[in-house]
Amino acid sequence: MKNIKLLLAGTVAALAFAGSAAHAERGSDGDLKIIFWQAVSTLNPFLSGGTKEVYSSSMVIEPLARYDEKGELVPTLVTEIPTLENGGVAKDLLSMTWKLKPDLKWSDGTAFTAADVIFTWKYCTAPDGGCAQAAQYEGVKNVEAPDPLTVKITFEEPKPYPYSAFVGAQSPIIQAAQFKDCVGAKAPGCTSANFGPIGTGPFVVKDFKPNDVVTFVANKNYRDSAKPAFASVTLKGGGDAPSAARAVLETGEYDYAWNVQVEPEILATMVAAGKGHLETAFGTNVERINLNWYNADPKLGDKRSTKEAGPHPSLSDPAVRRALSLAIDREIIDEAGYGDAGKPTCNIVPAPEAVTSTKNDSWCLKQDIEGANKLLEDAGWKKGPDGIRAKNGVRLSYLYSTSTNSVRQATQELVKDMWSQIGVQAELRNASASVFFGGDPASPDTFQKFYADVEMYTNNFDGTDPEKYLAEWLCDKVPGPANGWQGQNIPRYCNPEYDKLVGELSKTADLDKRHELSKRLNDMLTEEGAHIPLIHRGNPSAASNSVAGIKMNAWDSELWNVADWSRKK
Amino acid sequence: MTDATIAAAPPAKAASPARSALADIWHQFRSHKGGVVGLAVFVFIVAAVYIGPYIHRVAPNAINIRDKNQWPSMTHPFGTDNLGKDMLAQVLAGGRTSLAVGFTAMLLALFLGTLVGVMSGYFRRLDGPLMRLTDLFLALPLLPLLLVILMLFRDTLRAAFGPETGIFILVVFVIGITSWMHTARIVRGDVLAVKSQEFIMAAKSSGMREYRIIWRHILPNVLSSIMVSATLGIASAIITESALSFLGLGFPSDFPTWGRLLFDGANFLQLTPSRVLWPGLAISLTVLSVNYVGDAIRDALDPRSLRR
Repeated sequence: MKNIKLLLAGTVAALAFAGSAAHAERGSDGDLKIIFWQAVSTLNPFLSGGTKEVYSSSMVIEPLARYDEKGELVPTLVTEIPTLENGGVAKDLLSMTWKLKPDLKWSDGTAFTAADVIFTWKYCTAPDGGCAQAAQYEGVKNVEAPDPLTVKITFEEPKPYPYSAFVGAQSPIIQAAQFKDCVGAKAPGCTSANFGPIGTGPFVVKDFKPNDVVTFVANKNYRDSAKPAFASVTLKGGGDAPSAARAVLETGEYDYAWNVQVEPEILATMVAAGKGHLETAFGTNVERINLNWYNADPKLGDKRSTKEAGPHPSLSDPAVRRALSLAIDREIIDEAGYGDAGKPTCNIVPAPEAVTSTKNDSWCLKQDIEGANKLLEDAGWKKGPDGIRAKNGVRLSYLYSTSTNSVRQATQELVKDMWSQIGVQAELRNASASVFFGGDPASPDTFQKFYADVEMYTNNFDGTDPEKYLAEWLCDKVPGPANGWQGQNIPRYCNPEYDKLVGELSKTADLDKRHELSKRLNDMLTEEGAHIPLIHRGNPSAASNSVAGIKMNAWDSELWNVADWSRKK
Repeated sequence: MTDATIAAAPPAKAASPARSALADIWHQFRSHKGGVVGLAVFVFIVAAVYIGPYIHRVAPNAINIRDKNQWPSMTHPFGTDNLGKDMLAQVLAGGRTSLAVGFTAMLLALFLGTLVGVMSGYFRRLDGPLMRLTDLFLALPLLPLLLVILMLFRDTLRAAFGPETGIFILVVFVIGITSWMHTARIVRGDVLAVKSQEFIMAAKSSGMREYRIIWRHILPNVLSSIMVSATLGIASAIITESALSFLGLGFPSDFPTWGRLLFDGANFLQLTPSRVLWPGLAISLTVLSVNYVGDAIRDALDPRSLRR
């Protein structure tokens, strides 16, 4: 015990000493403590699509360019962003050229060259590699290096929005020398490389305990000699959102907690302790209720929620889908579960502003129980003796599933209550988040399988361009046994007209035209009731008042500018 | 005349010790103060849970978002939760589920445990296999097993009995088949001890059938340990159900049970402490009172204390 006290005193003294050193100096501000309540399982974001892995690795490995807090591209490893104007993007939209910064070094001291960039592309597109970020390289025909500081990407067909490969936290550059024997099926086996990638970022992995704690130290070869201000970073994983928020806001044990989705009144009491504050970035997260267009009757066994099951007996009626949306009071859901970290929305593409539609706000944002009742009445859904509407023996009774999370369960109860007012019954179910989002094809409870009539969760798109995201609702993206339940079209929406419009979007280069098309696609989804958008969710994170320089970013990793963070004096 | 008196006398003699035995047990029970208090508390909880909703007429699931996070008041004696649901109504409704689960699961576990225990204690040939089966069940990791069972049978039962009854059957079944092992071991030990006594030998030599020996001679003698494991079983069943609800595996999320109320309220401990206090208190009091009652019953049924 005495020893521990001595040790603590020593640490405090060391910290005090470190703190008194000059400000603009690398490693002068001691240890930065970050808590991710979902623990990090690998530091190679190409092997895990999880946000936690992408964010934690973004302190180590960097992309050529990333998005800043306004959603604008900023160069990181390159001299400038290639555009049509500066000639970086070819006139025919078939190629683009990145110019690397000269004299860049990996953290092990070797030179960073175009060969590493090419290798990264090969690594992620290698067959059998199971690269989680392969979508970033879609449409890339070739990546070549005319000289060691130039990277030329050629596309299979004209790419109006080419900023995807090597851009953003999901597409960082890994070192060719370190990963050269880890390509393809061998990728998951390279434990030391996956757990400690060599990077160009401000920090270097010192120790990694999977699903527990990661320690980083400042990168001696970082390109800005004055940064990072912190000498080390401890990234602890585990626990749950409320305890992570408490560790920052109330007890001050940690400096930063990611993703603290907790009831607003609880966060408010924690903030009142005065140790920290909330940083919310409104990205593109939308909490939505997906309506299953296919029959999910358990009697159908393995066929349910697939094409063979046929259309849903009641949700295939547009009037029912519209009424379910009309009955919901989004303001109340927002107030009960989200507070300042959410806004009611009727769009699946809620940001950035240029692509945000307002067309459906008039009918959809306001609760209209009467209108919903009338709509159902007119469509022939009559109330039975139990108060539940039915037509031809089909009752409006739905299994409503989501992940286990107190805010989601509260929302479920509110929606159930609202639906009961229009004669619709809901049975609530929740599955642990690791199962629900786990994607295990053997589990019946995943959101992809959708063995329920309606289900609720949040999804978003990366970057600022919604083209790829809107393409998720194409007919051929419906998940099913044929594609290992990997499709992204969870509601099983299928409309040839929509498919055609997406095709048009992918060929349009003019920005205004693109925005207009995106809005139309977004409106189609809301109007036809592929889903019911509920809340435009911000990413609330808790930050200690003693840390300066945090710029909340919804378009890239939240730790995108960790090199600029420092301890307030 | 004399014949008649002789014939009438023995039943009278037989009846009076039986009555006095029951009275003796009750007397013994009453002398255990903890048991009496426990019984009173338990009866009160059961009565409150089943009669309470007729007095406090608020629907447990009625949402009133404007009245959220309230502290106890006249209209809401236990306060409200973050959706404005009345906590008293929820605790009462939750109690009915929790107690029902506790009782039924206990009965199932008791039946299985006694069956296995008596069989393996009485029949030597069955002893080995049945005790290895008990070991097997004891060694099974409970949670993964529960997950698999819930996943496999949830939809079938839901289709057959509706969501709430279906889950009730499932939860009771799951708790029952995973908590009979201790009863089985205790009963087996007692049966082995009773079996070697002379009166069993006497019954056997008089040509009594095996099942009658078990029914008339063995079971009454191991009843005290069965009763004790029964009371402990209720407590552990309520706690297991709480754990299941805690993990989101039990009943639907809007179906209150004490365990779920506790789980949902944990985050609000600072804001509205009553959300955790009442369900927590209800669970603890029930478990504690049942344990005391069990303790008192054991003392009362113990032949040695009866002799005194």
